[in-house]
Amino acid sequence: MPGKLKARIVAGRHLPVMDRASDLTDAFVEVKFGNTTFKTDVCPKSLNPQWNSEWFKFEVDDEDLQDEPLQVTVLDHDTYSANDAIGKVYIDIDPLLCSEAASVISGWFPIYDTIHGIRGEINVLVKVELFNDLNRFRQSSCGVKFFCTTSIPRCYRAAMVHGFVEELVVNEDPEYQWIDRIRTPRASNEARQRLISLMSGELQRKIGLKVLEMGGNAVVGYLQCFDLEGESGLVVRAIGTACTLDKLSSGSAPNTNTHTHPNTAPASNACNSPSKDGKESPLAHGCRSTHNSPVHSACSTQRLSQNFSVSVPTLIFTGMGSGGSGGKDAGPLKTLLRQQTQTALEQREFPFFTLTSFPPGFLVHVGGVVSARSVKLLDRIHNPDEPETRDAWWEEIRQEIKSHAKALGCHAVVGYSESTSICEEVCILSASGTAAILNPRFMREGCLDIGIPDHRFEEPSPPSCGFCHIPYDELNMPFPAQLTYCYHCRRQKVPDVLFTTIDLPQEASVTGKGCLIQARLCRLKKKAQGEVNATAISNLLPFMEYELHTQLMNKLKMRSMNALFGLHIQISIGENMLLGLASATGVYLTALPAPGGIQIAGKTPGDLSNEHHISTIQKRINDTIAKNKELYQINPPELTEELVGSPIPEPRQRSRLFRSHSESSDEVSELDLSHGKKDAFVLEIDDTDAVEDIHSLLTDAPPPTGFYSCNTEVMPGINDWTSAVQMFTSVRVIRLSNANLTNQGLNKIFTELCENLLKSFYFKLRSMIPCCLCHLNFTVAVPEEELIQVAVTAVAMTFDKDQTQEKLADKPITKGTGETEEQLQFPLELCADSSLPNTQPPGSKISGVPESTNVSSRVSSLERSSPLPDGRSRSLRSTRSFGGSSVTVVKMTPLSFLPGTRIIKYLGIINMFFIRETTSLREEGGVSGFLHSFIAEVFAMVRAHVAALGGNAVVSYSMKECVFMENPNKNQAQCLINVSGDAVICVRETDQEPTLPANTGQSCTSAAEGTT
Amino acid sequence: MSVELDVFVGNTTIMDEEVYQLWLDGYTVNDAVKVRMEGGVMEECEASADVLLSDTMDQYRTFQMCERLLHSPTKLANQLLFQITPHRQAVLIERYYAFDDAFVREVLGKKLSKGTKKDLDDIGAKTGVTLKSCRRQFDNFKRVFKVVEELKGPLVENIRQHFLLSDKLARDYAAIVFFANNRFETGKRKLQYLTFQDFAFCAGQLINNWTVGAVDNMVEDMDVDLDKEFLQELKELKILIADKDLLDQHKSLVCTALRGKTKAFTEMEANFKNLSRGLVNIAAKLTNTKDVRDFFIDLVEKFIEPCRSDRWTAADMRLYLTHYTNSAHILDTFKHQVVWDRYMGVIKSCIFKMYHD
Repeated sequence: MPGKLKARIVAGRHLPVMDRASDLTDAFVEVKFGNTTFKTDVCPKSLNPQWNSEWFKFEVDDEDLQDEPLQVTVLDHDTYSANDAIGKVYIDIDPLLCSEAASVISGWFPIYDTIHGIRGEINVLVKVELFNDLNRFRQSSCGVKFFCTTSIPRCYRAAMVHGFVEELVVNEDPEYQWIDRIRTPRASNEARQRLISLMSGELQRKIGLKVLEMGGNAVVGYLQCFDLEGESGLVVRAIGTACTLDKLSSGSAPNTNTHTHPNTAPASNACNSPSKDGKESPLAHGCRSTHNSPVHSACSTQRLSQNFSVSVPTLIFTGMGSGGSGGKDAGPLKTLLRQQTQTALEQREFPFFTLTSFPPGFLVHVGGVVSARSVKLLDRIHNPDEPETRDAWWEEIRQEIKSHAKALGCHAVVGYSESTSICEEVCILSASGTAAILNPRFMREGCLDIGIPDHRFEEPSPPSCGFCHIPYDELNMPFPAQLTYCYHCRRQKVPDVLFTTIDLPQEASVTGKGCLIQARLCRLKKKAQGEVNATAISNLLPFMEYELHTQLMNKLKMRSMNALFGLHIQISIGENMLLGLASATGVYLTALPAPGGIQIAGKTPGDLSNEHHISTIQKRINDTIAKNKELYQINPPELTEELVGSPIPEPRQRSRLFRSHSESSDEVSELDLSHGKKDAFVLEIDDTDAVEDIHSLLTDAPPPTGFYSCNTEVMPGINDWTSAVQMFTSVRVIRLSNANLTNQGLNKIFTELCENLLKSFYFKLRSMIPCCLCHLNFTVAVPEEELIQVAVTAVAMTFDKDQTQEKLADKPITKGTGETEEQLQFPLELCADSSLPNTQPPGSKISGVPESTNVSSRVSSLERSSPLPDGRSRSLRSTRSFGGSSVTVVKMTPLSFLPGTRIIKYLGIINMFFIRETTSLREEGGVSGFLHSFIAEVFAMVRAHVAALGGNAVVSYSMKECVFMENPNKNQAQCLINVSGDAVICVRETDQEPTLPANTGQSCTSAAEGTT
Repeated sequence: MSVELDVFVGNTTIMDEEVYQLWLDGYTVNDAVKVRMEGGVMEECEASADVLLSDTMDQYRTFQMCERLLHSPTKLANQLLFQITPHRQAVLIERYYAFDDAFVREVLGKKLSKGTKKDLDDIGAKTGVTLKSCRRQFDNFKRVFKVVEELKGPLVENIRQHFLLSDKLARDYAAIVFFANNRFETGKRKLQYLTFQDFAFCAGQLINNWTVGAVDNMVEDMDVDLDKEFLQELKELKILIADKDLLDQHKSLVCTALRGKTKAFTEMEANFKNLSRGLVNIAAKLTNTKDVRDFFIDLVEKFIEPCRSDRWTAADMRLYLTHYTNSAHILDTFKHQVVWDRYMGVIKSCIFKMYHD
């Protein structure tokens, strides 16, 4: 009996009227855990009942504690008929199982009903007493911490990064069970909510076990997803990165000064010849992807033999044991490094990391994006206890990713993520990440301290450019690329363009600002069933991927940038079309060469009118590029010729742009996406599609003045965040009225949809200018034949305009906010020499504050006593002005931090799944009214749970699923939403905040005391 | 292609005060978009008409969802659905309960019943306030009326606490409730020149001095009903006009004090008895509910109009009423000084307010 769960029901408020006659309610509460149920007394005739119940005690296994949620049901007592349910609250007690997280759950929870939404609130107290369990064969994994955050959480230090953990569990979907025909929609929804809650608990527990086996104590970058496979079942799967985390206490000031870089560079590369004059190609920039479509038919496991390998498959592995590769450009140090890392990673089946930003020094080199997709036919999951098929599918894909990474000369994949898109019985599985070489010291036992000086030699290149240096051997390049010497250190080779799925490394040196770059694509497909359908889809995939990359590349050049971060490509299937959306943040990496312009060529030279046309377009393109350069402040330092010895490509060199003839499939099916041998990059203007494409290039409107946007954590080039944040979710669905749409027509509509969404955001948030939309996360879906759905979650953050312009000018310490590490994030811009001042590791400002039992009260007092904020930061204040409001303000952000604050404690993961259904759609304001209130309700429930844990913010928040179905004729609609994030306590950076990280510990404590 | 669904939800609820006002004023979404376009908000952020429409719809939806909470503003601070900063909450409530003076002038003193509600379209047409806005304002009056009806304690304070309104707005609502409860006639042509603020001021005077609450502050309806005992006592003042000696004595005292101080002296002297009869008769009749309703019209007819036709200035009025009130204290045979003061204090300030030059 390793645990005792105790719950107490205190009171309710704002209950709905359940008895029309008296306009009152006779409410009581059922508290259920596992199979045990307790009831409170009935509190007669009150809409604000006070139950003040005793402590209900459940004696349970810790395994159950991890799997099961506490279920609180509020009912209306009825003497003569059945009691009416008012609503339910599911409380995930996982945060209580970890000693470092929350100690008690106490607060007002919205009472939720899947048909009526929120119906009043209930005040609940929950505690857990855990007994030590010495059983070696235990099934529980209490105590393993989970974080959605895809970096090392801010008040921890990574002692060791163990690596990839994954798990999936399957079950029948209650919505498709026979019993669903006879039960009410409410019962069915509740069964589903409960099942998913159970399954995610189980999943988390199983992953926890794996982490314990590996010797870790936490999962970072935990990504859990649901696949609603319909008839064939329900899959809940998760991936994450197992780590051993040490909590930073106030005593152990974090290491700040780890990377003083030796100026002595390995000189071995002085006479390296320039790279071969490879033609640029859209897919060649470190992007490899394959489409593997073994289609499983419904009744057998017969495989279709189509195999779409889009990338160049013949590759010689570089580095490691195979002689004469890695050593060439980097000298023995690199080889040594590789060997060390290799051994550290070799034991791992999948050297994948779901992290997107890393402790300084962790990331050594980045190869490029690797991705794999595979089309599958779903069939019923017959035995929920053996999810082997699904496991095998993912295994396949991961193997593929792994081999792609190897081909890029990399031994690891970072920024790794997996996703699915399902339509009827066809499912696309996708995985993508960034091939990389990592520093092995984080993966070896006994080498925990990042400050140990003898590791210096492992970094032969400065951190501001080192990650750009190619990891592969230039003589055996995995794809034709144009290499030059690094524009930053001049010592090693860099590619001309770099695509990655990770966040921009903190220490990276960037010129100007970044911006959101999106490629959007629609492809019609014939309606089909089963295998035919799957084949059609897999045939389309390579073209889509290719075109998306072409678009990305062109748009990148239009903005005069040379690298993409946070690249995320989503391909979504519908019955009659495929949607592709690639989002990334473009930046100009100082280390990489300046991108050439875009040149347009006509097919029929000599035609005068045509030539004229071309020259006008060419002029417009050139003008746009020039304008963008100004807009994003891209003024790379002019390189002087005395730095010769290394070949500098002509700065004015133009790369020509290639458009694929995607319609003529024979050309591309040659599997050569690199177009290395062709006279590539000719943009043929007499092709009507090409005209469309150019127009779409030119019509991509830049954000209005005062706005920036990116899909990474923060905007490269903006450092002075002020404390105002506004997280938002927006969903838009359009109906395609015209049945005879062409691909071009669709593309235009889809592009407009995305652009208009962005315009709406800018307009709505105009009061926050100057402001940046960060972590813009677009999700597309085709919920029905003629519908396109786009859901966006992002956060708008204000910044201090004056200071960004001064860049590194002295930052007044008097500003209460903005003195976070962000300010120091890119300090290398102006000091491009190798004698660099050091970047601050992310943990340096964070110090543990002594554990306190009344954390929540202290936080609120902190907030109250903090200096009166300016108008923008009002939202951080608690709502206290109206006598006795008990609502804590909870901030939410998809980022891993809140500007102007320090996270002092992580309280546990928030992972919630809600279903909302209505049979009175019109009365609820139509589909928009219905979804608007549902999203607002989801936010409210997340905030309430966080507040009950004693927190005041959610970081790394994301809406992973938003499935919306409607039937306006029947006046019905249903929506499923899954959200997750990390509940935290954060405190305002106060004026007393120390400026030197060395004494962070003391001063932070005193700051906390001073405000208590 | 058509937009099927379009929502935007912020963790902190985003509300544009301009759109809120348009919503309160009863504009339809399309009209509101037009107004906003004319206001030039589009140029501000390179927005298009679509963007404006989408934003307006979102905001309207948000306001509709909030409206339920605004009906009991104390809930707004405790609810969990919308995260709204306290400052914003205060603005939302204050604006929601704000009303058009033109509209309230029309309903002031009327019974807040279904019957009146049916006439709202006429009132709307007359005042230029949209029907939607009229309904909101009327329902607000009714809601406040219903809530405070059953409460003990000072009226203004109750309104302020239950509806979280500013002091000024709470006082205005107190006036509306007070007028509705006593059904004061305000609609007659002769009263048309008076604004809502004139009446609100008078209501404040009456509430503070003539209600039960003026003497005892823990009674139900204390600030809504006039003090019956006091009204009875007012009958005693009749002696001032019934007793001829007293009337003459009063007159001579007032005239002595006024002589040489005003140009209107002759008219004052000539009209003294008439005016005094007018004021004392009003006092004596207040026991009848019917006469209470006609209180303001009587004041105008019996006092303000005669003075106006004699071209008294506001200063004359002040001078006259001050001496008229004070001189009564010197009358040896007049024993009802306390009642007199309580009566004349209110009458004085009401007439000052109601006497427009």
